[in-house]
Amino acid sequence: MAQAEAQDHGLHGSAVPAPAVAHVEGQQHPVRLYLVVWGWLFILSAGSYSIDYFGLQGYLRWGLIITFMMLKAGLIVAVFMHMAWERLALAYAILVPPLLILVFVTIMVLESDYTELTRILSFSVGP
Amino acid sequence: MAETALGHADRTASQQPGLRGIAADWSSDQRAFKNVSWGKAMMWIFLLSDTFIFGCFLLSYMTARMSTTVPWPNPSEVFALHLFGRDIPLILIAIMTFVLISSSGTMAMAVNFGYRHDRRKTAVLMLLTAALGATFVSMQAFEWTKLITEGVRPWANPWGAAQFGSSFFMITGFHGTHVTIGVIFLLVTARKVWRGDYEAGARGFFTSRRGQYENVEIMGLYWHFVDLVWVFIFAFFYLW
Repeated sequence: MAQAEAQDHGLHGSAVPAPAVAHVEGQQHPVRLYLVVWGWLFILSAGSYSIDYFGLQGYLRWGLIITFMMLKAGLIVAVFMHMAWERLALAYAILVPPLLILVFVTIMVLESDYTELTRILSFSVGP
Repeated sequence: MAETALGHADRTASQQPGLRGIAADWSSDQRAFKNVSWGKAMMWIFLLSDTFIFGCFLLSYMTARMSTTVPWPNPSEVFALHLFGRDIPLILIAIMTFVLISSSGTMAMAVNFGYRHDRRKTAVLMLLTAALGATFVSMQAFEWTKLITEGVRPWANPWGAAQFGSSFFMITGFHGTHVTIGVIFLLVTARKVWRGDYEAGARGFFTSRRGQYENVEIMGLYWHFVDLVWVFIFAFFYLW
């Protein structure tokens, strides 16, 4: 009965006294998933630290730092913060705006190069 | 019933997936975030604004470091500790990273057990998270003390560019404040879980929706964000 009614109103669950399915609440995922992600975060952090420990330099260092950082951030946001299971309307609203920071980074890189050049030209003691 | 409808929006059959879903959600009446409660949506929006705050801190640090003509102090040496008869580079920061990641792990488990209505495990895991957070803050206090006794000030330091001190105190200080607030927030929420406030729908701060453990998840979002920010600080300030 209740099911037929729900279909009539185009509703599932909430307005109908609880068929078992409607009781699934919030974000429920197997504990194992969290443990696996936890393990990966440890491995990635160890990787980040070993970059410094073994003293890698140059583009290899920066490339690895950025890679490990993005992988860790991705795992935390997607699994621990459950963004992977949210609707895209929320995910895009939260994840797209921070990309604007990259525009800001570009502007400030140009600006700081200019500032450094000015400082070298104006304040350095001549040869 | 009305409470349930307000708390968890019904997943109606009309919800569409993909890009079409984004357009449909945003152009619909009254609420764009269909299956997300107001509490969670507001926490996400707060975290977005906090992202911009930390983004600006890291940006100003980048600008200072790129534009100074004085060499930047080597964080690998500055944050080394003398252990077992030798200097181990950056070891304190590495331990702090592992502590914070572990706290994120316990928090994720707490959220999980909350939704299973396992009050005891949820509260214990949240208290464990708070303890790890407090450990992190204590280690940061130790780090600050060490650097201050070595002569680091916001306007000067013994090793190079003066902006090192100001960036360091500003960025880690603000992050440490976030962790401290998180620990307090964790203790408050853990107490409510322990007492069964969420089960009974007791009156009070965020507890009036009976039988819903979503507040534990919202608390978790804040805590994971603190960990997330540390990932970026670790990469850009300590490793770069």
